[in-house]
Amino acid sequence: MRIRDLSYWLFLMPVLVALILVVIAPLLLGVYYSFTDWNGISANGFVGFENYTALFQDERFLDSLWFTTKFSIVSIVLINVIGLSLALLVTAKLKTNKIMRTIFFMPNLIGGLILGFIWQFIFTKAFDGIGSLFGIESLQGWLSTSSTGFWGLVILMSWQMSGYIMVIYIAYLEGVSKELIEAAEIDGANVFQRFRHIVFPLVAPAFTVSMFLTLSNTFKLYDQNLSLTGGGPYDSTQMVAMDIFRTAFSRYDMAYAQAKAIIFFIIVAVIALLQVYVNKKREVEM
Amino acid sequence: MRKPYLIPLEILGILLALLWLSPFYLMIVNSLKSKREIFEDTLKPPSSLTFDNYVQAFTELDFLKTFANSIFITVMSVVIIIVFSAMAAYALSRSKSKLSSVIFYLFVAAMLIPFQSVMIPLITIFGKIEMLNRTGLIFMYLGFGASLSIFLYHGALNSIPRSLDEAATIDGANRFQIFWHIIFPILKPITVTVGILNTIWIWNDYLLPSLVINQQGMETIPLKMFFFFGEYTKQWHLALAGLTLAIIPIIILYFFAQREIIKGVSEGAVK
Repeated sequence: MRIRDLSYWLFLMPVLVALILVVIAPLLLGVYYSFTDWNGISANGFVGFENYTALFQDERFLDSLWFTTKFSIVSIVLINVIGLSLALLVTAKLKTNKIMRTIFFMPNLIGGLILGFIWQFIFTKAFDGIGSLFGIESLQGWLSTSSTGFWGLVILMSWQMSGYIMVIYIAYLEGVSKELIEAAEIDGANVFQRFRHIVFPLVAPAFTVSMFLTLSNTFKLYDQNLSLTGGGPYDSTQMVAMDIFRTAFSRYDMAYAQAKAIIFFIIVAVIALLQVYVNKKREVEM
Repeated sequence: MRKPYLIPLEILGILLALLWLSPFYLMIVNSLKSKREIFEDTLKPPSSLTFDNYVQAFTELDFLKTFANSIFITVMSVVIIIVFSAMAAYALSRSKSKLSSVIFYLFVAAMLIPFQSVMIPLITIFGKIEMLNRTGLIFMYLGFGASLSIFLYHGALNSIPRSLDEAATIDGANRFQIFWHIIFPILKPITVTVGILNTIWIWNDYLLPSLVINQQGMETIPLKMFFFFGEYTKQWHLALAGLTLAIIPIIILYFFAQREIIKGVSEGAVK
């Protein structure tokens, strides 16, 4: 097919138009709006970098950025550790490994909004019940403080995403040849040595993929945040995505919200590219 | 020979699986209780089996209508994404022009853009052209879903030899015939993957429909669930029955197609 053929453009046109209208035009327009005093209906003039400079003095935004960062780091580590452990568990020759895979993966089929509501019940009601049954005071009053809200979100995301990451690790673990492991076993390598020197280097590409997916899912989190804590108490568990949404649609500060959205895009893009670059480099060295 | 360390591992696995299921257990058990019973004890099974909560939740969620709305939007969007992404990926993979690789990388790069970064102007643009409705929503899903789908199709197409296309050209088939009758059927495994990934995403999506289709009677399950939950926050017996209802369809689907789903998700991520 050549680009001067009509058929080439007919094949390409629907998705190209959709991408331009849905992603590219809004992004470009968004960059433009972020430099104006746009209020959702009209823009009267350019304000230069005013929206951006205001943003760095906005405590609510900086708090949400810090909260999101903390949440992402803790979640990424936990999800990957749990996910890899589950993958190792279900690739051992267990009788129950099929059903276990099914169960661990299941939360991923359900929307974040609904999962957040379910866990809101668990943290506020069931934790209370377990706490008073066994006399554990720390299980009471969950989601009513910033730190229990934080750990609530971490637990919810770890429970949901570990099974997803497990599936990715399984795909790579099953590619590790049995002969290689048996040969090492015969040579006297113990379980940990086999893992450290054979399995671990061979599943390294899975880290690239898993890190990318967990980062993008945790840093951009919205649904679970909305339904589990709603950002409360007092906006202390509000993540960046929610802060942008509320700036725009609760406070109608459109141009300012859009400046936040552009900063958000830059952060996400830089981290993602950096991560892919570092991981690719490391893979080659290993 | 079974190794001795497998037995403790097996027990550990079963305990973990039970732990993973416990949120669902608590949800279902409490959805069958009265408000008073939940208040007294959340852990024990219900004293008597009544489905009153479900009847009320079913009616108030207008469940059949809401379910049909979700089905309509998901099926339409997924079919459109599959057809147009496969066609585009075909054109891109069969052209040697520089422009094709530029367009391909444009789609790949678009995957990096968070929804929140384009959300506000998107709603403004579509509001101006009066497309904040179901048609607009489906079109938006094509725009957001095309990138990953094209990426997956492109990878699969590169492994289909061009000689196949050329042979068909000699036989007098045009581009559309070649694509539909020869290439598209070969792409079936990747079509299943693309279909599964997009179905899970669109079926569960909340934010986009909440901005685009706010008219009464149009709500999808997540959207309706949000309003329902807001009304019954302090009435957990009803809220939990509603939540259980909301997840039943996807769990049934999972039950029948779990192999394909897990395989699809892992392929979609790994490639």
